[in-house]
Parts: sequence; C-alpha cells; structure tokens
Amino acid sequence: MDDHILEMRGITKTFPGVKALEDVNLAVRRGEIHAICGENGAGKSTLMKVLSGVYPAGSYEGEIVFDGQPVRFAGIRDSEHVGIVIIHQELALVPYLSIAENMFLGNERRGRGGLIDWNKANAEAARLLAEVGLDENPVTPVGQLGVGKQQLVEIAKALSKDVRLLILDEPTAALNDNDSAHLLDLMRRLRERGITSIMISHKLGEITAVSDNVTVIRDGRTVETLSLHAGEVTQERIIRGMVGRDLESYYPERESHPGEEVLRVEDWTVWHPTQDRKVVEGANFTVRAGEVVGIAGLMGAGRTELAMSVFGRAYGRNITGRMFVHGKEVRPKNVAEAIDAGIAYATEDRKHYGLNLIEDIRRNISAAALNKLASKGFVNGNEEIKVAEGYRKSMNVKAPSVASVVGKLSGGNQQKVVLSKWLYTDPEVLILDEPTRGIDVGAKYEIYTIINRLVAAGKAVLVISSELPELLGICDRIYTLSAGRITGEVPVGQATQENLMELMTKEKELAA
Amino acid sequence: MTRTVPPSEPEAQTATAPKDVAPAVALHTGTSNVRALLTSNLRQSGIYIAFVAIIALFTVLTDGTLLSPGNVTNIVLQYSYILILAIGMVIVIIAGHIDLSVGSVVALTGAVSAVLVIQQGMPWWMGVLAALATGLAIGAWQGFWVAYVGIPAFIVTLAGMLLFRGLTLQVLDNISLSPFPQGYGRIASGFLNGLLGGNGYDAFTLLIGGIAVAGYAVSQYRSRIARIRYDQPVESFPLFVAKIVLVGAVVMYFAWQLAHARGLPIVLIILAVLIITYSVITTRTVFGRQVYAIGGNLAAATLSGVKVRAVNFWIFVNMGFLAGIAGVVFSSRSNGAQPGAGNMFELDAIAAAFIGGAAVTGGVGTVVGAMVGGLIMAVMSNGMQLMGVDQSIQSVVKGLVLLLAVAFDVYNKRRAGTSR
Repeated sequence: MDDHILEMRGITKTFPGVKALEDVNLAVRRGEIHAICGENGAGKSTLMKVLSGVYPAGSYEGEIVFDGQPVRFAGIRDSEHVGIVIIHQELALVPYLSIAENMFLGNERRGRGGLIDWNKANAEAARLLAEVGLDENPVTPVGQLGVGKQQLVEIAKALSKDVRLLILDEPTAALNDNDSAHLLDLMRRLRERGITSIMISHKLGEITAVSDNVTVIRDGRTVETLSLHAGEVTQERIIRGMVGRDLESYYPERESHPGEEVLRVEDWTVWHPTQDRKVVEGANFTVRAGEVVGIAGLMGAGRTELAMSVFGRAYGRNITGRMFVHGKEVRPKNVAEAIDAGIAYATEDRKHYGLNLIEDIRRNISAAALNKLASKGFVNGNEEIKVAEGYRKSMNVKAPSVASVVGKLSGGNQQKVVLSKWLYTDPEVLILDEPTRGIDVGAKYEIYTIINRLVAAGKAVLVISSELPELLGICDRIYTLSAGRITGEVPVGQATQENLMELMTKEKELAA
Repeated sequence: MTRTVPPSEPEAQTATAPKDVAPAVALHTGTSNVRALLTSNLRQSGIYIAFVAIIALFTVLTDGTLLSPGNVTNIVLQYSYILILAIGMVIVIIAGHIDLSVGSVVALTGAVSAVLVIQQGMPWWMGVLAALATGLAIGAWQGFWVAYVGIPAFIVTLAGMLLFRGLTLQVLDNISLSPFPQGYGRIASGFLNGLLGGNGYDAFTLLIGGIAVAGYAVSQYRSRIARIRYDQPVESFPLFVAKIVLVGAVVMYFAWQLAHARGLPIVLIILAVLIITYSVITTRTVFGRQVYAIGGNLAAATLSGVKVRAVNFWIFVNMGFLAGIAGVVFSSRSNGAQPGAGNMFELDAIAAAFIGGAAVTGGVGTVVGAMVGGLIMAVMSNGMQLMGVDQSIQSVVKGLVLLLAVAFDVYNKRRAGTSR
C-alpha cells in the first residue's frame, strides 16, 4: 500500500451560486514532489485554501486525512501546527523588517522574561539560510533582496516551522531562469530530506523536471493523476488533461508579409530614475508594418525599461536618442503624446499598471482614448458601451456584460480587456510586455490569434517575453537584450533557444 | 494565488456569471424591476433607505416638527455650507486624497470678504469676488504641493489647516467683524418669494419646483431615448413613469413646505446649481472619468495617458473654489467673520462623503451620495437639537453613525468579495 502523507477525499466547496470544487480527490505520497496543474479558474487555489484552513472545516464537504489522521482545520494556525505551510505566489514578507525578523514573525524565539532573544533568532536564521543556500546576513532588510531571494527566505521561514508538507503556489512565476533553476534544485534537496512538497504551476517544463506525480484539475474536478516516473508523460499529455482536448499547436499559423518601417528607435539611452547607472544603452531597433518583433532578455536586462521609456518617457530619466514613427521623428514627452504618436504599451503587470480593477470593462477599455468618445469634454456613455461591447465580442472576453467589474475576471480575460483598451487607441505600433504571463494555455492561444489578426491588418507589434518558445513561435524577428544593450538581431528562421540564450547572456565588453 | 484580494481570484471568477447576469436580465424582461433597481447598487440604495429611515425616526420623535415648513427651511440654511464643501470633498476623496484645511479656508475667505466689505466699505459683491479669488488661490497653492511636488494631501492640507487659520487671525487682527450690509446677508438668509404672489403660500417657489420636476422628467426621457437608440436595456415604461412621479412628488412636497414657510432660499438655488453641475462633471465628463481613474489605480491611469498632475491640481483648485463659496455663505449666514469660523467643518464634509459611500481607498463615490450623507448628518443634528439632546450626546451619535456607515461599506465589500 502506498504511504500517503495527505489524502483529500471528495472535496466539494460551494460558493453562493457556483461549485468551485466538486468531488476532488488528491493523494500525496510521503516525500514526493506533487504538482497540481490546471487552467486558471480550475480550482487549484481553492483546493489549497481548503487544505490550509483558509476555508475552515465545515465550509466544505469531504474529508482530509493528514498523516493517517482525519483533520479539521479551523484556520491557518491549525494547519501550520501539524506542519502544513503554504507559500503564496505573492510573497507575504514585510520589506522593512530583517530576514530573521520576517522568518520568526508570529513565531518569535522567546528568551527570558518573554522578550525576543535576537542572538538566538539570528543564529537560527543563519542556519536555515545556509540550508536553503542563501548567502545573506539575517539582519539584512528583506526589501533589499530580489524576488528570487525573497522566495528562499519564505522557504527558510517554512523550515523554521518544522514543515512537513510545503505548498508552493506558482513559485517561479516571478523568477528569472537562474533563480528558477536554483529553486527547483532546492525543492529536490528538500525532497531528499523527506519534506513533501505540493507545487502549483503553469510551467509544464518545470513540472516534468522535478515532480514525481502530477494531478490535473479541470473545472473544479480532478481529471487524473499522472506518474512522471514512467517517463511517458509529456507536456502535451498534461496539456491534453488540462484543456480536455489536444492543442494542435501552441502557436497559430501566420504568413509573414512585413511592409514599410513603422517604428525606428535610434541610439536610445535611459538612466535609472534614482540610481546612477544606465538601464538601456545605445539601443537601436525597428518594427515594420505587419511584423511581430520580439525582444528577448533575462530579467533585469532592461526590456520593460526600454519599452516604457519609448512609451512617452514613462520610465527613467536623461533619456537620449531619437525615434521615428512612419519615418517622421516624434518626441513624446508624456504618455498622452506617445498615444497620439500612435504608440501603445500593454504592461506586463496588468493588475498594478494596466487596469482599474474596481471599474467595469467598459470604463477600462475607454480609459486610454476617452477623447474619442467625447465632444467638448462630455463623454457619450452610450457610444462607450457600444464600443466596449464590440470589443467584448470580437476579443471573446468571457463576461456577462461590459458592466462586469474587471477585478473579477480571470487573467486571460483581463488581458483581453487590456488589449482592447490599447486597440481602441488605434495605435501604429503595439508594444506587448509579457502578453501571456499568468494566463492559461487556451487563453494564450487566443492572445496569439489576436496578435496575428493585428499584424494581418498592417499593425506593427513588438513583443517582450521571458518565454523563448513563445517568441520563436510568434515572431518574425527577435532582438536580444543583455544588460541594457541590444546584443543581437536574429530572423526567426535562424533563431534557436540556444543561440538566443547565448546572445542574451553576452557580456558587455563583447557586445560593444 | 492571491489571498489579499479575493475578487481577483480566478476561482472566484467563475462564480460571477450568474450573479452579474441577474440584474441585466431583469431589466430586459421588465419583471422584478424594482428589486433589480434596489439590489443592483446596494451600497447606494442602502444609503437612501437609511436616509428615509432616519427622517421617519426623527419625524416621530419630534412629533412631526422635523418636517414642518419652517424647520425644513432651517435645515437647508443651516447645513448648506457643509453640503457645498462635501461636493468638493467627495471629488478629492474619489481621487484618493483628503483635504483637512477646508474649515480654515472657509474662515479665511469669509474674513477676507468681511475686511473688504465691513472695514473698507466696498460693495458686497466685491467681497464675494475676493472670497472666491482667495479660495482659488488657496486651491492652487495646495494643488501645487500635492500635484507637482508630490507631497501627500494629508500633509499639505494639515499644514494648510494651521496656515490658513493663522492667516485668518492675522487678517481679522484677532477680532470678529460684523455686521455685513443687507445685500451680502441675503446670500445665505434671503428668499426669493412673493414674485408671483399666492395666498398663504409662495407661488413662485412652487413654480420653480414644477420647473425642476419638468426638467428632471425631460432629461430622464432624453437619456432613455438615447439608451434605446443604442440598444441599451431600459426599465419598463410604467416603472420609468413611476420613478419620475416619485421623484416629482418628493420635490413638490419639499417645494410645498418651503412655499408655506418663507419661500425659496437663495442658498438652495446656489446649492442645486452646484449639485447638478458637479454631478454632470463627475459622471459625464472626461475630467470626471480621470478623477475616478486616478483614484482607482494611479499607475494604470498614468500609463493610460491621464495627465495625473494636472488633474490633481485642478481637483484642489476646485476644492478651494467651493470652500470660497462656502466661506461666503457661512459669513453671510453668521453675518460677520470670526477668527474661529469653520472649525471642524472639514470633518463634517469628510464624514458626509464617507457616509455617502465614498471609499477610503479612492476610486469610489458620488456627489449625490455625499449630499445624502451630508443630509443624514444634518437631519440627525437638527432632529436631536429639536429634541433638546445635549451637544455632547449629539457628537457621540454622529461619531457612531460615521463609524457604522463605513463599517457597513466594508462589510458589503467583503460580502461581495467572498460570495462572488
């Protein structure tokens, strides 16, 4: 018989009017890395909230057996007490507190008289940091660490609680490739130490690389649990489980007919807004009509900074260089002028920079081009609804009406609203920063289809992405960016992940 | 994935569909329209229900005195300047700011006016213009610090509260000035009556009430026609008529009460014009939209081409302007300028906005809501005064009402967050 550390049986969780989970079963073996995957909205996070006690016992049906004992958690404290620790995608660290202070927050190491014994705490923190392979002083404020290191602090914090079952929700979503590799390595080491992990992830490559079993959830039900040891489970196989169909291709076909040059940027240099260093240096690039151009670069290479500085100087200072739209030089000083010049920029972080989450679909779609709907400063609300309704249909935004609040849509639908908003500004060139981040496979395909429709209509599209296969799948041409410099320009026919990666990691001296 | 913002959870999203469909469908079919109208915006309708309940409560407690003609007039006169301030304040709050200085600005603008009119003997309208100019200048000053220097409005206006109070004392040389000439006094305590005569009531007031109702009906009808032209759902025609009749009845009852007292207060006309103007500005203009966009998500607004600094600047200029009007009205009503005038007005105005459904985090709120919020405070104060309730108890009750109103709002949001 299998030795299961955790069994969740027949879990059903109902919200008013909808079943979020229906008869979900999950069995996790002791000491394994168990992946859970499914499309956005499939119910993964809800399941983990049931497990960790965020939704207390009694608010769901079904049974949870942990370590052979049926358990009923009234809250997170109960689940942590038995050794279940969840690390959320959005890290819950206090930036101004030190690593050690964060690590023992709510779990302080008391000394005599109930006061915190900081020497003991710092020493223990140092030991745990060594264990997760993080070479930092425990008194360093967490805010000074990068996201990758913060993630390690979270794991060290979990270890300090004597974790037995570690749940990681999208652990590598915000990490670059190096940090991701490091994290996956750490998960393997924790497995050797006997710690069981559950990993929720969209990244199928990572799932197949580290996990022992993967459970696929679709529409609030368990579809299947696949063992990855047999070696027959491919990414395509997992996707089939997630979407319930075979995706013929990740990327829709497109014929490429680049036309005249739409955007040319010359010798573009941008300084960091507060620090004394260049973030982008001497960048030159062009985008032609009917062309999808990619920008590949590791995190910190200056991709977003480059795009945002072009977009009406929304980032950086001391920006120098020239830019031309349709051969005519433009000098947008702010975002409004950039929009007027025909440039649109859809951000990588739609929740913080792209959308007003408390507003409805129509007001988000019209936000960047309100003047098109207005005469003498008065907005024509009915025309606005008509426009928004048109985009809702053409972009296939899944929402009952344009009066639906954007914050309640799934990631893929939110992204479609962001795209609608920028399309309505009628741009010449559309800059898409990580257009498919955090959205599921089916919605990704739709976004790619929309991009193809745009270039077919003669728009120029510039795509920034961390996922090289995505760039290879949708672009005509790819620029590589390394440490603020453009280190290469590769037609897609000659590009491979390997040669792009080589250019993306090219040292500064060589690039010059 | 996200635990802090339940509504943005992908899992929760699937649950939205049935809930959101309901009101739209109801509007289409024309059945259960009233319920849809009420539940479609519980946050707003909750305030109206509370308002009616409070009026009913105090009408009973005061044996009907609350709604007597003379007292209705009194409420309008007594609280008009708070309502004027609340119009500007709700816009400031929607944009995610706060203004703690308006009480001091009311004092200073009134003082400037008093010095010119009472001390220097200038005509009364010079005083009005000077007060408004002072308000605009103060607004520009605060707007500059908030918008262009980037200092939080809380700090700028806290400084302004001290600064303008001090300047009031300077301008007045620490003494009260009174009385104003008659023309100035009419602004806050004058009435338009007797223009058309009437027997025991003022026909002119009723005529204005009738014109207001007709104007409302016409604008509602035109907006309905426009919606139909754009294939938008509209409420069933009987319900539409019922709504207009109901509003018309309330307005005409109000006008009837005024007509039996002293006629149409001039300050009510000022207030009505301001409410209508600013309702239109906030809901129908590009500027209004940008205010909501800034409050809802500053970064997204910036990246959508909203000129955030300019919008913030004008929000504060506008607040200064309205504080100037309130300063004129208040000084006119108190028939002079006192160093301590307008004390705590900012808190009443802020409370009105929050009771009226504005969100502490910005991005949410309406002018009409703030007016209802202000009137809730007004009716409660007035009712308790009529009952002879001690000032100290009044303060306690008002504090609790503010707390409960915002708690209700937070509860509503949380419920919306978990159930959807």
